[in-house]
Amino acid sequence: MQIRYAVFTPILCRTQRFNCAINNTRLQMLFTQTVPGAIYLLATVSPRLDRYITLVKAYKMSMELDVFVGNTTIMDMEVYQLWLDGLTVSDAVKVRMDEGALLECEANPEVLTSDTMDQFRTFQMCERLLHSPTKLGSQLLYQIPAQNQIILIERYYEFDSVFAREVLGKKLSKGTKKDLDDISCKTGITLKSCRRQFDNFKRVFKVVEELKGPLVENIQRHFLLSDTLARDYAAIVFFANSRFETGKRKLQYLSFQDFAFCAGQLISYWTIGAMDSMMEDMDVDLEKEFLNELKDLKVLVNDKDMMDQHKILVCAALRGKIKVYKLMEVNFKNLSRALVNLASKLTHTKDVRDLFIDLVEKFIEPCRYDRWTVAEITLFLTHYTNAAHCLGTFRHQMIWDRYMGVIKSSQCSPLLHLSLIKVNYLSPTPSISSVSPPVNILNELNTFLICKL
Amino acid sequence: MPGKLKAKIVAGRHLPVMDRASDLTDAFVEVKFGNTTFKTDVYPKSLNPQWNSEWFKFEVDDEDLQDEPLQITVLDHDTYSANDAIGKVYIDIDPLLSSEAATVISGWFPIYDTIHGIRGEINVLVKVDLFNDLNRFRQSSCGVKFFCTTSIPRCYRAALVHGFVEELVVNEDPEYQWIDRIRTPRASNEARQRLISLMSGELQRKIGLKVLEMGGNAVVGYLQCFDLEGESGLVVRAIGTACTLDKLIPGSEIKEPVFSEDPTHPLSVPPTPLRTLPSSSSPPPFSPSKLCSRQSSSSDTDLSLTPKMGMGSGISVGKEAGPLKTLLRQQAQSALEQREFPFFTLTCFPPGFLVHIGGVVSARSVKLLDRIHNPDEPETRDAWWEEIRQEIKSHAKALGCHAVVGYSESTTICEEVCILSASGTAAMLNPRFMREGSVCVYSRFDDASPPSCGFCHIPYDEFNMPFPAQLTYCYHCRRQKVPDVLFTTIDLPAEAAVTGKGCLIQARLCRTKKKAQGEVNATAISNLLPFMEYELHTQLMNKLKLRCMNALFGLRIQISVGENMLLGLASATGVYLSALPAPGGIQIAGKTPSDLSYDQHISTMQKRINDTIAMNKELYNIHPPECIEEVVGSPIPDRQRSRLFRSTSESSDELSELDLSHGKKDAFVLEVCYALLRCLSIYLSLSPGFYSCNTEVMPGIYNWTSGLQMFTSVRVYRLNNANLTNQGLNKIFTDLCENLLKSLYFKLRSMIPCCLCHLNFTVAVPEEELIQVRRHTPKNTSPILFIFPINILVRVKEIKLCVFVCFPGSGENEEQLQFSMELCGESTSSNNQPTAKPSVSSVDYGSFADRCSTWLELLRLKAHTIRRGSVKTTSSSERCSPLPEVRSRSLRSTRSLPCGAPVTVVKMTPLSFLPRTRIVKYLGIINMFFIRETTSLREEGGVSGFLHSFIAEVFAMVRAHVAALGGNAVVSYSMKECVFMENPNKNQAQCLINVSGDAVIFVRESDQEAIPPLITCGQTSTTGADGTT
Repeated sequence: MQIRYAVFTPILCRTQRFNCAINNTRLQMLFTQTVPGAIYLLATVSPRLDRYITLVKAYKMSMELDVFVGNTTIMDMEVYQLWLDGLTVSDAVKVRMDEGALLECEANPEVLTSDTMDQFRTFQMCERLLHSPTKLGSQLLYQIPAQNQIILIERYYEFDSVFAREVLGKKLSKGTKKDLDDISCKTGITLKSCRRQFDNFKRVFKVVEELKGPLVENIQRHFLLSDTLARDYAAIVFFANSRFETGKRKLQYLSFQDFAFCAGQLISYWTIGAMDSMMEDMDVDLEKEFLNELKDLKVLVNDKDMMDQHKILVCAALRGKIKVYKLMEVNFKNLSRALVNLASKLTHTKDVRDLFIDLVEKFIEPCRYDRWTVAEITLFLTHYTNAAHCLGTFRHQMIWDRYMGVIKSSQCSPLLHLSLIKVNYLSPTPSISSVSPPVNILNELNTFLICKL
Repeated sequence: MPGKLKAKIVAGRHLPVMDRASDLTDAFVEVKFGNTTFKTDVYPKSLNPQWNSEWFKFEVDDEDLQDEPLQITVLDHDTYSANDAIGKVYIDIDPLLSSEAATVISGWFPIYDTIHGIRGEINVLVKVDLFNDLNRFRQSSCGVKFFCTTSIPRCYRAALVHGFVEELVVNEDPEYQWIDRIRTPRASNEARQRLISLMSGELQRKIGLKVLEMGGNAVVGYLQCFDLEGESGLVVRAIGTACTLDKLIPGSEIKEPVFSEDPTHPLSVPPTPLRTLPSSSSPPPFSPSKLCSRQSSSSDTDLSLTPKMGMGSGISVGKEAGPLKTLLRQQAQSALEQREFPFFTLTCFPPGFLVHIGGVVSARSVKLLDRIHNPDEPETRDAWWEEIRQEIKSHAKALGCHAVVGYSESTTICEEVCILSASGTAAMLNPRFMREGSVCVYSRFDDASPPSCGFCHIPYDEFNMPFPAQLTYCYHCRRQKVPDVLFTTIDLPAEAAVTGKGCLIQARLCRTKKKAQGEVNATAISNLLPFMEYELHTQLMNKLKLRCMNALFGLRIQISVGENMLLGLASATGVYLSALPAPGGIQIAGKTPSDLSYDQHISTMQKRINDTIAMNKELYNIHPPECIEEVVGSPIPDRQRSRLFRSTSESSDELSELDLSHGKKDAFVLEVCYALLRCLSIYLSLSPGFYSCNTEVMPGIYNWTSGLQMFTSVRVYRLNNANLTNQGLNKIFTDLCENLLKSLYFKLRSMIPCCLCHLNFTVAVPEEELIQVRRHTPKNTSPILFIFPINILVRVKEIKLCVFVCFPGSGENEEQLQFSMELCGESTSSNNQPTAKPSVSSVDYGSFADRCSTWLELLRLKAHTIRRGSVKTTSSSERCSPLPEVRSRSLRSTRSLPCGAPVTVVKMTPLSFLPRTRIVKYLGIINMFFIRETTSLREEGGVSGFLHSFIAEVFAMVRAHVAALGGNAVVSYSMKECVFMENPNKNQAQCLINVSGDAVIFVRESDQEAIPPLITCGQTSTTGADGTT
């Protein structure tokens, strides 16, 4: 005997409950009236939540096969989103019911289920093509209007930044894939969706890894993504390739967008492509030679005269302009040393990976301790950079600019700006709070029901 | 040696990986025609090989050219083991043989494998050089055009309609040959596909010969069917209407030209004032002819049993019409009698072709199959059909008609029992169109019967009616008699005057039957058949009345046999013909009037029925003109007038008559009521904006957009409860159909208001297990043969459905209009072609506005994807003008299709036309047969996944063939056959699909005004902006 159940969740918000109650009675009527050959039990469990549970039992006949194929493939983009979110058919039906799909066209749950199944099947069959979006345009199997194709691809490759943040900098390997269920638990994103996003990262990575030319353009060419999405992917590929450490507790306050911005800066300053667009090499790797040359910057801290001169220049420029001037004057040598040492260490891969954590530990945290504001940091760095140019004996201007370009702009980024403030107030892992309570409750209910039946 | 076939293999793409080690494929191609095979070189290590072969030339008879398909096999070269087949492409080169159709086949074809489905694509070029052969005794019939369309194709005109052609070819089914025991499923499937392709080629050639013999040059309404008779063989049969078609010069779109070459024929006598009664024309008294098949099975002669339709005749009354009619009849009869079967498969006719319609005639016969011993002489099958056709002919005669239009034949097979059915509409035709009609009566009959109502007038004799019916004077011309209801199998004639809108009407019926074998089974079935037909008819009649309509068009009754049940499904489109009298109400007759509560129940029921009728009147916008006042002065005899006057109060009378004629029993009445109430409640709850019909066009709706979608939907249900009663089954069956419709409405809700046209339901009751066992025994040594079916499988197939998007008339209220706009936007945006025409200003306006809104929508969608906000989007949304967005979109869309030429969009429709477009050229018939089998059912997503992908693949292959012919649409598309077998225990499934249609090139009407297509986008958007502000 086949037992199906459906859960209707009135939205807990008080204003909406009234509507939902109407919906529910309506649904019940629909249930009892229009679905033939079925007996329905209506039960209310967990009155605290005020949830109706309708059990659909004892189908006299069962649908074996239900197919609906159009010459032009019709896709409901709302259902597509549910599919992308990794919901099962029954979950998707529930969500659609809650959204009031039943009120359209006098549909009943059966119709809705059948429609959802059809759509899900269509998406599943298209998924193969979405793996290589260029094929989607030339394949003959599905006739999909061009603008729908664009939406399909774009949505398929979209990702949750919470998830991307978790994976950022990790090796896109089987090992990481195994850990996806942890990430799924942590972020509240379904495992299926996590897998899709992870596979997308990996696929893009594999295709683009060995290609020459600008990273963003390569991604756009091969995956037909929009500019912004391609940029995000470029960041992911870049981080995955260089394996920057991002998972440390101290870095938790930084969001994916912060890192993506940094990646953009790194790509435009520190890679070979950055300096010479005609170069054969690609955007994915940092330029080894440049990293080696960074050692030469040590002169700024090792040469006592130069350091003093540098300090005088910066202080002269900043006097009266920042509140923390005193502290800056005291700490200048430390800060300068921190930044320059960071640069000189970058020859080692290990240290490159720790770039962000070092930056936070050595530079941002002392500043924050002294209660610098973002504007002040920005100003300081600008003058700090410019002052070096005025040092007569300092000869590594080019390298210095490239290096400080990243450091400066990373600090200036409006997002970092926010996170600098954020870090004072928020818990280290702000992402977890986004787990939606209804999902938990639904799961709870489901397990309850399964036990009962 | 009159033909040279040339083929060139250009390239392949998206090939599957055949070599796991390198993840690549070493592909080469074999090109085979007849017994000649050519090979290309191996293109090593590529999934996108570029063969660029030379031209492979085949020198062949044109007979072979017609029969054989070009067979292209893509293989993976393997040095050590046998080469692996990747897949095949069969190309029917028939379209190349006609000078007017395509000249070259060139394009990408999906490579199809019967086990794996589509595996990559191949680019092929095919040409034919044909030398003319004027040999009188030739066996080929090149140049005869075939059309699936059941009307005269749009860019032709019919010079002559010759009449019925039929042919039948039989063969052994390769699936059941001994060799099938040892060969692989793939080989067996391919043998079957090839054989069927050959057989249909042969069939077309033979029919073509017949047409040439008759002097025609085309077959219209070509209907080809397969009977998979299992062990007794494979029958491919076809019927059609031979015509001589003249091509219309493009530009001059005179649809109606011409006919009689000779207006001053001796027979065109001026109307005589004599009041002659018909002599030769009076139909012979109808005697129920009983056909006895080989096994004591009877065909039911439904006409004698059931009052198929109301009728009457008015020969004696019409002033001049009488003698003229007689003359006409004599003429036509003489013209038609020379023909064996005066049948026409057409459902749509040139104006003036149809003179009168009698009603539906149908015949069924139950036969027991036996092995076809000599495939070259398929006498038995021929004889069977002959019998049926004779019967139809005699039925038509009984209705006073000399021809049958909208004729079709079908079979249903269950084990060895086979039901052959034929149906059509008895009619009188205008002899001008026949060949012998060049002996034509050229007079103005049309004066006697105005075109808009002429076809409703009864063709038979009033005093000699074949069955009881009520006659009234035509409400339109008031001169001739019309029946109270009219059932037909044809489409609504274009000239017919209709009140309100039409709707789909279905009668569904289930009958249980004892399980039996052989003769006993056949007898049982043939005993049940008449009752089923009767009941279906009653249901149709009642539902028609409930909708307040008085005529059915496109009636199609399908009866399918299962092992222990019979299913009947009748679908038709109901309309209110203005010329026919208003239908009366429905009244329930109770058996026990003494019982008070029962009485009350009855009266509430009655009330509900009356309410429903009233509501349906509103819903379908039926407001029959109250034509009583004007009657006074009209030359209608008193008797008739009084009848007319009573029209409102008449309902009760009629009801009692209805009851009488049906000899109702109590239970029956209730059952009917139940069914009625059910359908009533469902139709009322129907969301507004959906219309459905099974004819080509929806009566009463004229504003079509070009947005058009075609769907196929298949459903299979399993009944878990084996011993169900008739009533239980009926209920379930009805629910299934209703649910199917409902779910269609739900799926298409975004297209509201729309109309489902040409809805075509097919039901089947397969004995799954038995078929399974038979199919797979050869591959399975263990003899667990007869697993008795514990479950009955009801298979409801619903295929060929075309959705039209339509505007409700512009007089609708604001909200409605709003809706329609949304729609237009939808359709246009999907086509990327502005279709709105400036003439319909109000509608247009909205569509422009809406197009803007869709852009905004698109923008929002995009904005959704954007995280950091790009300069482009923000600026454009700030400015709030759609122009930059359009540009950005067009940029993006060009970016999205980088790989060379984009795939041509091919539209498919079961209709014979595409709304708001003009068909420029017919490229030839598409007739394809595919088999798909899987041994990994679960992995492919179960039965649904399997069938879904198969249907999608079939669509893809049809589209590819059409595109290769240079076409951009398939009209009159239909899925003739869809046989599905599964064995979930073995993880296997098999499916056969046969599709057909006409490949065409169409142009949009708006395209004809020479607007450069590139600029239009921007232009319209600016207009749209103006319109919104």
